[in-house]
This record gives sequence, structure tokens and C-alpha cells, in this order.
Amino acid sequence: MPSKEKLREKMLSFPHKTTKAKILDAYMVGTNEKFFRLRLEDGKELGHEPGQFVMLSIFGFGEAPISIASSPTDNGYFDLTVRKVGVFTNELHKYGKGDTIGVRGPYGKGFPVDNMFGYDVLIVGGGLGLVPLRSLIRYIMVNRNDFGNVQILLGCKTPKELLFGEEAKDWMKRAEIKMNCTVDKADDEWKGNVGVITTLIPGVDIIPERTYAVVVGPPIMMKFTIVSLLEKKIPEHQIVLSLERRMKCGLGKCGHCQIEGVYVCQTGPVFTYNQLKGFKGECYEKGF
Amino acid sequence: MKYAIINKKDLNKWVEHLMKKARLYGPKKKENLFVFRPVKDPEEISLTYIPTILPPKKYYFPQKEKLIKFNAETFTEEKGTRDPEEFILFGVHTCDIAGIQCMDVVFRENPADPYYLSRKSKMTIIGIECMKYCDTIASCTSMGNHVPRGGYDLMMVDIGDSFILHVNSEKGENLVKNLRYIREAEEEDMAALSRAREEKEKVFKNELKAPLSKIYEAFDGSFKSPVWEDVGRRCVGCGNCTASCPTCYCYDVVDDMELDLTNGTRYRIWNSCQMDDFAKVAGGEDFRKGRDSRQRHRYYRKFKYPVDKFNRYFCTGCGRCTRACVADIKLPETVNSIIDDHRSKNAV
Repeated sequence: MPSKEKLREKMLSFPHKTTKAKILDAYMVGTNEKFFRLRLEDGKELGHEPGQFVMLSIFGFGEAPISIASSPTDNGYFDLTVRKVGVFTNELHKYGKGDTIGVRGPYGKGFPVDNMFGYDVLIVGGGLGLVPLRSLIRYIMVNRNDFGNVQILLGCKTPKELLFGEEAKDWMKRAEIKMNCTVDKADDEWKGNVGVITTLIPGVDIIPERTYAVVVGPPIMMKFTIVSLLEKKIPEHQIVLSLERRMKCGLGKCGHCQIEGVYVCQTGPVFTYNQLKGFKGECYEKGF
Repeated sequence: MKYAIINKKDLNKWVEHLMKKARLYGPKKKENLFVFRPVKDPEEISLTYIPTILPPKKYYFPQKEKLIKFNAETFTEEKGTRDPEEFILFGVHTCDIAGIQCMDVVFRENPADPYYLSRKSKMTIIGIECMKYCDTIASCTSMGNHVPRGGYDLMMVDIGDSFILHVNSEKGENLVKNLRYIREAEEEDMAALSRAREEKEKVFKNELKAPLSKIYEAFDGSFKSPVWEDVGRRCVGCGNCTASCPTCYCYDVVDDMELDLTNGTRYRIWNSCQMDDFAKVAGGEDFRKGRDSRQRHRYYRKFKYPVDKFNRYFCTGCGRCTRACVADIKLPETVNSIIDDHRSKNAV
């Protein structure tokens, strides 16, 4: 039991307090996805790990958990990318350069970048899953010599839906990163692969025990990707996933993001497959 | 003073004394049920009662709690609630005290919840031990909550003409000392207490078919049990069970704008894992779509997950979920089915 002083300190805390953040830049990066570059008004860095999330707040509309798309190595700003799907995100899309929104966090556990030291990295992203992965990709690029080979596999429904178009093209050109894209349905200009992302996995050149695979995407995509990665003999504790859940508080209390006994907002959103495979229903039946 | 004695005829006098010290909430009759309400007259209190419609959690974890007050134009915000005042919960059953202990564990865990903690710090609990069953639905004996296990300032036990009060804190002692009509308990009072407890043990028997550790084991192996399909088929997803549960604490966070569209409140409001969209994300994926999976989740949040995390069962045995269920889902029945199902599977 905490001491009286400790309890008093906790009583005075104000966990729902938001910090103002100024929108430095905002533009569309997909058909329904808007990119926001923000800076905390107090000038402080967000101080996050790649893979963490923030609770974004618009007074009158509420809060929503949003993945951080930039790396902690990006100084002076942080990035978010938000798809327009509901009341909150529709309102958010009206915001632009110069506007102010509220932020609290960062919350959760990010990608285990320190454990990944010296390993090869295989990044597999589907659709909007590229947003949290961008924080990792940018982190790796800055700390490139901490890692072995780095490969990125991206998948989305159509070429138009590929996020961060220009930036992704730049990744594609880089010598230190191998990148491959696939779309479910091609258009006339598309010259790359066609098919679901799992079709790319059998062909990747990896040494399984030396490789960390980081997978983020829709539940069903993650489910089948894991099957392919396990077939490639990547150890279970080296398969890393980030889960989407409906965080309402970010403080491990409200219950919305719970999977069995685990609050995703605190223990996750990043897990290793090893941690998740014991979950009997809620995870595996639906995909992750 | 460890144990004190108050004659039953002096009880009202004492309650009046307590009412002068702080706001007092106690069990009162409401139609054929009971509720915790502010007490204005000691006569209103009904100390023999079936667990109230809502547990006393409404006083330390209110249905609606203002988190922040904001102004959307000036972008200012402040804490939504004033510091709470001292209050006394009077006549709380041991099952509900167990519920308060569960809440404590949850809200103290980092990041701690200042709203709960500040209310709790102003709370004085005066419990009453049940010497008879409230009804046939409770399963407090199996959950180990039919007897006091701490978590109160004073505990009243009926020993005939008087109540013996167990003094469990300094706060509690201050409420019984220097009063003409309350004296220190003597040897014969203690003997009366032992006799009362012995009589009680003859009445209170385990309501569930297995001891707690076996119940945990049964749940551990019953995630895919057909019992959940059956419960899910009957459940209507109304959320009565979770609203009336003394250990359910899930909530939603919602904004409320005033008519000027500038000032508003961000508050939290009780929510239920039994609601259709509870685990649904913006993209449309619902991680507990069926009522069977939602009911299972509720039961596992009583008998499995908190045991793993806090070494504590989050069912107090109060029986409220069973009484409140419109579809006649009975907790002891469900738990016993899980035990049977598990035994039959493992007997093969």
C-alpha cells in the first residue's frame, strides 16, 4: 500500500489534463487520410517511443487514441495521420495549419527498439498500419547502423491508398533499405506486385533467428501474416504486432481496450506474438 | 478501545450523533427494495436489508463524474470536481466492503485515479455483519465475504439486545469514544460475539459447488465452454448486471457542450462491457461481437483476470447481477455450470 504522502500526491494529479499543440502543417496523404505536424505549445518534446499513441482532444467532440507517426529523433515536432471515419475524426479533418488541438500522452508501450539492436528487421505494413510503422522506419533510418538488414513490405487495396506517397518513394530509392509494395487491385500506372501482402513473404530473403518482424495492419492481415512468418521460422518472440483498440482513457481503467486480462493502452499497443498467442478467443478468432 | 457496546435502544441517538459529524448515507426501503440514500432521520434506516439496488459505489465512483471543465474558445481547462466533503457510509454489508476493497486496488494502481482517491479519503465506513442470509441468491460464503475482513472503520454485529462494534481505525474510535451510551466491551460481550458467530456458521454454507481455487481452475479451462453460448443466448445486453455490480468500474469519456457552444464539461460515465459497441473500433471491427463473448468477458473479469493481476476475486457474492437480470441469468448457476462442465471434461 502506498504511503500517505504518495496517496496525497496521486490525489492531486490531473490525468485528464490536455496540453495544447499547434498544427504546423496539415495535408491529405491518402483519399481519406490527413497528415498533421504538431508542436506542443510549451515547446517541450512529446518524448515518445516509436509505436506509442496519444489521446487527441477536441473540446466538445471528445478524445480519440491516435498513433504517433514520427520518430522521437524528429525534433521540434511530432506527426499524426488520421483517417476520417467517425464524428471525432471528421471534425479533426476540418483542422489545418495554425489551429490548436489538445493532446495527452504519450501512452502505451512502443516497439522494442532496444531489443531489436543488431537484428535484421522486416517491417510488414497493411493500409493504415503504416502510420505507427513510419515512426519506426524514421527511427531506424536515423539509427541505421544499430540494425542489420532492413526490409519493408507494404500492402494496400489500391495504389491510390498507399500512404505517404512521396516519402515512401524516397524509402524505395534508398540503398540501405529494401522495400517492396503490393496492391490488392492495380490501376493502369501500377507496375508493382498485385496480391495480398502474404504473397510477398515467402520470397523475402531473411535469416529467421536473426530477424525481428514488425507487423501492423488490419486484424485479418496480421493474422495471415503471422502464419506466413511462422512458416518462415521466425521465432514467436521476434514477431512484433501493434493492436488497434478503442482506448477511451489511456490510463488502464475504462475497460474498452481490454483483451482478456490485459489493458492494451498500458501493456500494449505493441506486443510480441509470444505474448498474444495465449489469448484464446478475442484475439485470434477475429485476427488481431 | 477495540470492541464497544451500544444498546439497540440507543442506536438512533448514535446515528443522530454521527449525522452531526458528517453527511450520512444509509440503507433505506424503497418500495419492496432497498437503496443507499442520505439519512435525515435515523428512523429511515433499515438495517435488515437485501443488498441495495445500486451498491454504495455511487458515492465513491459516481455514475457521472466531471473530469474537466473547459472553454473551447480560450482553450482553458480546469479540474471538473470540487474537493469532496467528509461522508459516512452507514450499515454497509461485508460483501459491499469487499467491493470497495476491489475498487481500491484498481484505482490505486498507477496511473492512479485522483477522483476516486480523494472521495475515498473522505469516506468513513460503518459496516454491519449479516447474521442471516439476505435472500437465497447471495453467494457471499463461497466468496469468503460473509464475515468482515477489514476495510471498515467500525463493524456492527448484532448480539441480541445490543450491537458489538469492532473498532478498526482511529477514525472509527473517534466516533464511539466519550459517549455516555457506548461502553467498552467486556468478557461476556466477547463471549456473546463468539456464540453469535458460531450460530452463524451453521447457517452460512458454501453456495457454489467448489472452493475458490477450483473455480479459478475451472474458468481457466472453460473459455470455449458451451455454457457461454447458453448464457449469451439468454442475455439481452441491457447492462443491468454491470451497473449494479460493486466491482464493475468501466466507463466512457464524453464531452458535453453548453448552449453557448463554448463552455463545456468532459465527464466520465458508467459504461458496460455488455453494450453492443463497447469494444468496437472506429474502423468497424468489433472485438467482442457476440453477447456470449461479452458475458464471458464479464464473468472472467470476476473470476479469472483480477485473480491473475491482483490475487483477488472481483465477485463479492452480493447477488445483485442475478437479482437485476431481466433474462434470469443467475451467477451461482453459471459458475456451477462452469464447474460441472470443467469436471466432466477432465473426468474423461
